Amino acid sequence: MTTAGGGVRARARILARHRAPGGTFLPVLESDGPLALRRTRAGGDEARVVLVGAMSGPLGGDRFEVEAEADTGARLRVQSAAATLALPGQSKSEARYDVRVRVADRAELCWLPEPLISVRGSDLRVRTDVDVAPGGRLVLREEQVLGRAGEEPGRLVSRLTVRTGGLCVLDQEVACGPGAPGGWDGPAVLAGHRAVGQVVVVRPEFGERPVAAGRIGDLCVVMPLAGPAALVSAVAADGLRLRRLLDEGLAAIG
Amino acid sequence: MSRAALLVLADGRFPAGGHAHSGGAEEAVKAGRITGAADLEDFCRGRLHTAGLVAASLAAAAALGVPARELDAAADARTPSPALRAAARKLGRQLTRAARATWPSDELDALAREFPKGAHQPVVLGLAARAAGLGAEDAAHCAAYESVSGAATATVRLLSLDPFAATGVLARLAPEVDLVADAAVEAAGRVRGEGCGALPAAGAPVLEIGAEVHAGWAVRLFAS
Repeated sequence: MTTAGGGVRARARILARHRAPGGTFLPVLESDGPLALRRTRAGGDEARVVLVGAMSGPLGGDRFEVEAEADTGARLRVQSAAATLALPGQSKSEARYDVRVRVADRAELCWLPEPLISVRGSDLRVRTDVDVAPGGRLVLREEQVLGRAGEEPGRLVSRLTVRTGGLCVLDQEVACGPGAPGGWDGPAVLAGHRAVGQVVVVRPEFGERPVAAGRIGDLCVVMPLAGPAALVSAVAADGLRLRRLLDEGLAAIG
Repeated sequence: MSRAALLVLADGRFPAGGHAHSGGAEEAVKAGRITGAADLEDFCRGRLHTAGLVAASLAAAAALGVPARELDAAADARTPSPALRAAARKLGRQLTRAARATWPSDELDALAREFPKGAHQPVVLGLAARAAGLGAEDAAHCAAYESVSGAATATVRLLSLDPFAATGVLARLAPEVDLVADAAVEAAGRVRGEGCGALPAAGAPVLEIGAEVHAGWAVRLFAS
């Protein structure tokens, strides 16, 4: 961790590797300052890691990076202990949070953090970049909550890019809060909802047997993407309702 | 370039089938999210800065000569809703037919061969602009304007909204249409160096979700 230019720079890394017979170990588990990683009890042959916020943040000017990689045949689940709060900082500049996820052939990675809450006055840009090898499997959830209870949100721009076998199957950016392009809160984009989220699922078998599109709730659907992947997309009044919808959508995918 | 060619391409009467689509307005009206001119403006503004920006940048990149295959894949990745992907291809096929008849060109012929089921409409729009002797800015303006004009026209029919009010919405959005077209051209210019990741990916979750809901209706006035 370094502090420079009015913000904290931190980079955490996880590497999961398959070890015969039937196990996954973590040759790399690097925490850094506010990004603390804890290994928790494994479930079967799956290694589990919890991201624990050791400080508050990200604050304005901070630059966080998390890298998670599941090597050939490894199974890794990453969760977080609590919601991430994007907070205003001393620095006037935006905060950055970059997540890079790599899933190798026959590996499976579940990236299931708690929501990101955009607090009033914060300014955060999130970039999530995912690469899945042709035989790899992924479940990745992201949830954004606009403001704490009854609070206006900060500015949040979050882009999620998922590639599998070199093909980009999903590239979506959501921008909201003060300074976001007009209409973000209007009837085409978030329609006044305060929570927005998605779960993307990549499985090789979806290439031949895509999931069926279906409606889960009022504003939640399951959609087959153009490639071996599916997406649950939802907006809701709050984070709890959003989670329920996304869980239901994920269950519908099976 | 010919300014009149731009008017022909941008004309709502250009026979490319756009009038059959509401740009999500039909579902939004039924769900009560658009009830009048103020909601329509908000709806169109959100559409312009998301789907409109993406469409304008795809059209501009196609007009600059970026291969259609790459742009079509980029459009797929930016359109999670299968109903919207199908609608975009259907519109693309219709536009290909109309543009080939209007501005015969080898590139449009090649596009029709490469995408017998249709490429995403903004990609075709960019190539049609190219065939008409127009540039990236023209293509981006066409796509950005179309991203709101179709929804406004549809809402007049859906809500029996005063057509003057709907046109007023479009006129008020005009400066933002210009800004979106400029941003789209700037991004399209970076595709050669940086790849299609340089194209905007602004998403509108409610439009995508609403398109899936709309596709499930037994009876619809508009195709999307």
